[in-house]
Amino acid sequence: MTLAATAAGHGFLSPTGVEIAFLLVGIATLGAAVVTVTTRQLVHAALWLVVTLGGVAVEYLLLTAEFIAWVQVLIYVGSVVVLLLFGLMLTKAPIGRSPDADSGNRWAALIVAVAAAGALVWVVVDAFRATWIDLDGAVQGSTQSSGRTLFQYWVLPFEALSVLLLAALVGAIVLSRRAGEGKAPVAGLRNVFRTSPAPAPREDQR
Amino acid sequence: MHLAYPAVLAVLLFCTGLYGVLARRNAILVLMSVELMLNAVNLNLVAFDVWLRDTLHAGQALTLFTIAIAAAEIGIGLAIVLLVYRNRGSSDIDRLRDLAERPDGTDATDHGAQPQPDTQAEAPA
Amino acid sequence: MTLTTSAVLVPLLPFLGAVAGLLLGRSAPGFVRPLAVLPTLAAAALAVSVAVEQGGGPATDVATRLTPTGSIPIDLALHIDGFAALIAVLVGVVASCVQIYSTGYLRDDPRYPSYAALVSLFTSAMLLVVYTGDLMVLLVGWEVMGICSYFLVGHYWETKAARAASLKAFLVTKLGDVPFLFGIFALAADAGTFRITGILGHVTSGGLDHPTLIALLLLAGAAGKSAQFPLHTWLPDAMAGPTPVSALIHAATMVAAGVYVVARLLPVFAASAAALVVLAVMAAITMVGSGLAALAQDDIKRVLAYSTVGQLGYMMGALAVGDRGAAVFHLLSHGVFKALLFLGAGVIIHAAGTNSLAAMSRMSGLSRRIPDAYWTVTVALLALAAIPPFAGFFSKEAVLGAAEHAASGGAHGVPGAAGWTVLVSGLLTALLTAAYAARLWLLAFRGKGAEVPDHGRQPVVMNAMLWVLFVPTVALGLTGPYLPQWFDGRSLNPTLTTSVLGTGAALAGGLVAYAAWRHTSALAARAPLGAVAAAPDAAPGLAEELAIESHAPAYGGVAGAPDPADPGRLLLGPLHRHAAVGFHLDAVYSALFVRPVRAAATLVRFLDREVVDTYVRGAGAAPRWLGAAVRRAQTGNVQTYLGALLAGSLVLAVAAVLVATGTGA
Repeated sequence: MTLAATAAGHGFLSPTGVEIAFLLVGIATLGAAVVTVTTRQLVHAALWLVVTLGGVAVEYLLLTAEFIAWVQVLIYVGSVVVLLLFGLMLTKAPIGRSPDADSGNRWAALIVAVAAAGALVWVVVDAFRATWIDLDGAVQGSTQSSGRTLFQYWVLPFEALSVLLLAALVGAIVLSRRAGEGKAPVAGLRNVFRTSPAPAPREDQR
Repeated sequence: MHLAYPAVLAVLLFCTGLYGVLARRNAILVLMSVELMLNAVNLNLVAFDVWLRDTLHAGQALTLFTIAIAAAEIGIGLAIVLLVYRNRGSSDIDRLRDLAERPDGTDATDHGAQPQPDTQAEAPA
Repeated sequence: MTLTTSAVLVPLLPFLGAVAGLLLGRSAPGFVRPLAVLPTLAAAALAVSVAVEQGGGPATDVATRLTPTGSIPIDLALHIDGFAALIAVLVGVVASCVQIYSTGYLRDDPRYPSYAALVSLFTSAMLLVVYTGDLMVLLVGWEVMGICSYFLVGHYWETKAARAASLKAFLVTKLGDVPFLFGIFALAADAGTFRITGILGHVTSGGLDHPTLIALLLLAGAAGKSAQFPLHTWLPDAMAGPTPVSALIHAATMVAAGVYVVARLLPVFAASAAALVVLAVMAAITMVGSGLAALAQDDIKRVLAYSTVGQLGYMMGALAVGDRGAAVFHLLSHGVFKALLFLGAGVIIHAAGTNSLAAMSRMSGLSRRIPDAYWTVTVALLALAAIPPFAGFFSKEAVLGAAEHAASGGAHGVPGAAGWTVLVSGLLTALLTAAYAARLWLLAFRGKGAEVPDHGRQPVVMNAMLWVLFVPTVALGLTGPYLPQWFDGRSLNPTLTTSVLGTGAALAGGLVAYAAWRHTSALAARAPLGAVAAAPDAAPGLAEELAIESHAPAYGGVAGAPDPADPGRLLLGPLHRHAAVGFHLDAVYSALFVRPVRAAATLVRFLDREVVDTYVRGAGAAPRWLGAAVRRAQTGNVQTYLGALLAGSLVLAVAAVLVATGTGA
């Protein structure tokens, strides 16, 4: 295999420029991710998530998967994070430092995470110690090649995915819709005639 | 490029997300951590796709699907969180303890079970 | 009616009477008395006709096999020889007398229907034991008798003494019945049949493998039933039952069943010299010990009970010297005069209002109040003391003659030691018997002091039965010359030597007791004592129940009384204290059986409460603690669950990797 043949020419102590760039961006990405999961300001966490996702997009570029990278920027940075920010707002998340952002089992979580990281890193490094990616050939993830494969070989899953997205859309609407919204005018009228702003019974909300 | 770089980065991102899922209290922050884990998987998929030079580009196609599913997931997840928040007045995961056994109504039921006034205030609006 | 039909009807009639009595007892009280008396009378008449037809000829054997029952067949067999026919007559006559007597004695008793039915059932079982030719069927009757005895001893179950006595009687006889059962099985296994004729044929052909073991096992059962040392302790206590029951069951018939069975199976015993010696020693200890104990008893019925034990000892002694004719002769005469004594004692207790001899010795005029009982009991006591010419003299001389015959080496296969043991102890017991008989008579009928209170007239039926039994008491001895043809053919006539010795001993005993009484009776006036249960209009049974109940509180015990005017106290000296309580055998039993069983029960209770239950509670507590611990883990916090899940899967993954790469364990 070509991989085995090219493997001999590489070494850990002679990193290429791509590798150095990957490493630096990776460190930045990881740092942003760590800040995301540790910061006490909830909105900052969302913004640091933008940095992380952007870093991952850059890594995709470095791996010559440019279409994925742009999709990543578009969907994640563009929509998902915005959605999350809206979620934070709608749930009235406090602006500024909130001291109880982490739950009580933080240390247990840390232990589990570190142990998992150790185990996985050990396994991964042990497995791919002498494996190199050949980035010198044709670009793997250009928009052209990605589009061709996607619409040549993956059409059916693609269409199924569209149905899934539709289902998710409908589901999200149904879930976030106020229960009993169809009867909302009646409920409103009822509440108007009430002398005191008594909370509506839960049965009405269902 | 050495395959270990993206693989190790993916592992570390995944574990960071893992920590976030386990340690964060706010449900939206937990969702963010889930996004981190998904991204780590995506990174792996892309890296291995490039390494294997797959003619079908299964890794990249799956990455695209994952991104789409992640977007759907975040939508549904946020809807659920909003619903919970509306019913319970809080989106703190560790206070949603209705599944715990309550022998005599002790600490497990402190906040989660009682209806919050602000949801009621919103309701008739 | 053929002999077989009559013989089958003899046990069957009282049984049917018992069943009918139990069924009709509540609904038709008017039928109870006829149902109690008539079947028994008919059975007695049939038993007489069977005896007449049998006529001392060869034994009649009839057998039918209902169904195959296993390796060794069980037959419904009749074996009627002279012994069986005559004992059946005795059982029928005494049972009839007792049933008739009971109609007067327990006339107001609310439990009379069940009482009469149980007496009928007992009579049926005893007749079955007498007539049967199969050991298994015999065992059935044997156990039915035991349970009837249990119920009837406990007839006055309101009194604590009766409850305790009935349990004791049942348990002690069962203590003997278990070896008896083993003995029957061993015997049948050796002989290959349960039929008595088959077994005896097997024995005479010398085919018994373990004669000593089998004989000793059977002896245990006989000793339990016939109240021989060391299983005799239940009989004196069984006097807490009604007097007619004591007369029928605990004097005349059931206690004789052990003697009868040994007599039936005598060839088995004779096959083992050791068994005969054991039998002789047992009989000797029983005779002498019971004679001493009888001298110290205060309850008139207990005196008679110990005397029964002693007379049964005579029968066992006769069997020990290999003469079952003498044994059964004594059984017959003793059954008659002891039944008479007990029935007379019932009259005395009713008339005196007490069962205590000490109290009777302080009241005068008892003999004038009850002349019928006075004369019949006097004669019966003379018979008991073996004074000629009454029945007891002839039968006892037959026993002593057989013992002398064996002691002189005349009996084939009987060790001389057994003969000497029986002879010496028999003569000694003759002296003791006369002494306690004289003591009883003097204390009961020659009391000095206040006039006996009036407790009403005695029922006619009771006095009539005394006179019915009086006839054979006087005359049975005269039949001695005709009896050998019914038995084994050996002469039962008294020999000169033993007659002189025995009568001399009896006279000496009586005179010594009289002298002691003359000496002590003066003291009686100075030591007032006694409690009288006066119930003039009630049934005699009620007076007896009250007397039994009040004896222990009034005199400090069921057996003895602190009476300085008692001639027995003077005669026995320091022995009196021990004799009154039956030589502490009850204490020995208590130490040997009761206390270990109690201790074992306590131990079992402790083990159950503290050890077994600890495991049970532990088995319950461990899951509870585990549940509490697991419940603590169920916080409801999803993140905790997820963390634990991930940590677990991580450990599994690492383990899988280690196993897959072969670097780990």
